[in-house]
This record gives sequence, C-alpha cells and structure tokens, in this order.
Amino acid sequence: MDKVRVIEVKRSIFESNDQDADKLRKELRESKTFLLNLMSSPGSGKTTTLTRTIEVLKDKYRIGVMEADIDSDVDAKTIAATGVKSIQLHTGGMCHLDADMTRQGIKELDVTDVDFAILENVGNLVCPAEFDTGSTKNAMILSVPEGHDKPLKYPLMFSICDVVLINKIDVMPYFDFDLEKCKQYIHMRNPEAKVIPICAKTGEGIGQWTDWLSEQIEESIK
Amino acid sequence: MHELGVVFHIIDDLKEVGKENNIEKIHSVTLQLGEVSGVVPHLLTDAWNWAAKKNELVEGAELVIENLPAVTYCEDCGCEYETVAHGKICPKCGSERTYLLRGNEFLIKEITAT
Repeated sequence: MDKVRVIEVKRSIFESNDQDADKLRKELRESKTFLLNLMSSPGSGKTTTLTRTIEVLKDKYRIGVMEADIDSDVDAKTIAATGVKSIQLHTGGMCHLDADMTRQGIKELDVTDVDFAILENVGNLVCPAEFDTGSTKNAMILSVPEGHDKPLKYPLMFSICDVVLINKIDVMPYFDFDLEKCKQYIHMRNPEAKVIPICAKTGEGIGQWTDWLSEQIEESIK
Repeated sequence: MHELGVVFHIIDDLKEVGKENNIEKIHSVTLQLGEVSGVVPHLLTDAWNWAAKKNELVEGAELVIENLPAVTYCEDCGCEYETVAHGKICPKCGSERTYLLRGNEFLIKEITAT
C-alpha cells in the first residue's frame, strides 16, 4: 500500500462558491440581466411582495422569477398567475441556494429575454446569507410581527443586504415594533443599507421600492 | 440542514484537491472552525458521516475539527475581548464600535491521503 501523505490544503470552504458567484455576476452583466436575490424568514410576505412588484414593473421590464423551495410549487403557481415567466427550483432538502444552483436556475429560466430576474430564496435568515448566489443585488424582507430586534439576532443577513424592506407596517399598532430602533440596529451592522417600510397588502411604500429597483435595473441593462 | 450543504461543498473541494494531487483515497480531513462561523461541530460530524459514505474518495475518512476562539476588537479603547461572552458591546468601555478580529474561519486545513 502507498505511504499515507499529509497534504496542506488551507482553503476556505466558501472560497470556491465566492469565485463561482463572481463569475455568474459577470455573465449576468454581459447578458444585461439584473438578478435580485430576495431573502427573508418564512411567512414574511415574500411572494405577496413579489406579486405587487411584478404588477408595477411588468410593463416596463421583461421579468423572470425563480422560486426556490425545499419541495413544493405553491409559490411558483402564485407567481405564474401574474403572467411572468417563472420556474420552480427544488433544493432537495437544502436550506439555501449557492452560486452553482443559481446558475442552473438561470439556465433553465433562459435570461436571453429577461431584464429583471428574481430569485426567491428559501425562507431562512441564516444559511442563505452565508452563500453568495451571484446576484447583482441582495434584498431582504423583515416583517413587523418578527420584531425589531432581528438585526441583532441575524447580523450576517442584515450586513449583506443592499436593501431591507420592513413589511406589514399596517399591523404596527398591534405589535411592539419600534421602527426607529430597527433602522438603528440595521445601520449598526450595515451603514449602507437602504431601509424601506412597506405594506405588500395595501401597496403602501411599494412605489419607493420599485423606484429603487428601476434605478438598479437601468444601471444593469444599459 | 445547513451543515449538510456545507459538507457537500467540502466534498466537492476535496474532489478537486484529490485530482490536483493524484489522490486515490482520503483517510482524514482536518478542518479549522471558528467559534462564530455559524457551523455546529457535532452536526457537521453527523452530516459528514452520512455524506462521506456516498463517495468513494472520502468513504470512511475521519473528520477532525479544530476549534478557533472568536475575538473582537474595540476601536474606542483598543482592547481585544472574547466575542461569545460579550457580543458586540465592549465589556471594558461599553462602546459598540467593535469588529470581529477572528473566529469566523472555516477552512480545510489538511488531509491525509494515499
């Protein structure tokens, strides 16, 4: 039998994914597609927010949606009803998407005729933050019932997002949610983050969100 | 669940290392895991034991985990303190202007192989 060798590897586990994500970002830039990675906990209103967003922007941009879910197609059916192109990605039990899975999704979605691609990530505030998907921008939704202390509990998620939507602001009077404190906690982790309070159900604040998105999409497709 | 995804990444990386070094069989894998890397060592070991069975290169290989302590630096008073015990707020001066010096590492340090 061969002699056992010790091989020094010294390699970060996330390194290969980070490189892959950068490559995907470059490919998307070349194909003039803006990819938004949308993250949140389960039940924060991702699909409702997306439906609203699509209503506002679907005449302006060609939209494609990738619904990542562990094993169902409930959300994909809701999105398909809006009339935009959508596919379902099954993670097969995994709690997040990485750059390689995102690339496969992009391929299946076929972005040659898509300006604005959206990845609805698995509902989870921990794991998706660890893996760069290769998206152009990261957004997350924090809903009022979850509480204003979440930026303290899930700092990594808040530190990697370009924009944080605070959803369900219509129920704020019924919860001890302190919006100013929440903004302060977010900016402690991420001074650059844009915070937009919205209510996906009533449409409040959606205009500010879609304006921000339009600016980003224009930048990517010009 | 997260640990399982991480294990798949590790096995992919090891397959590459295996190719680069002409390796047939990996006998042990040593990881360096920071205290605040978000990965739980015993769950990682469980996931490893399950996933490693499905791949010839790493089948039966032992996973060795070296834990690295987390240390935070305070910009205001210049001290270094234990992250897990005190969190974001400096225990000496109460400042919140602190950042993590080390402790979020997650590295494959070395392997033994034939």
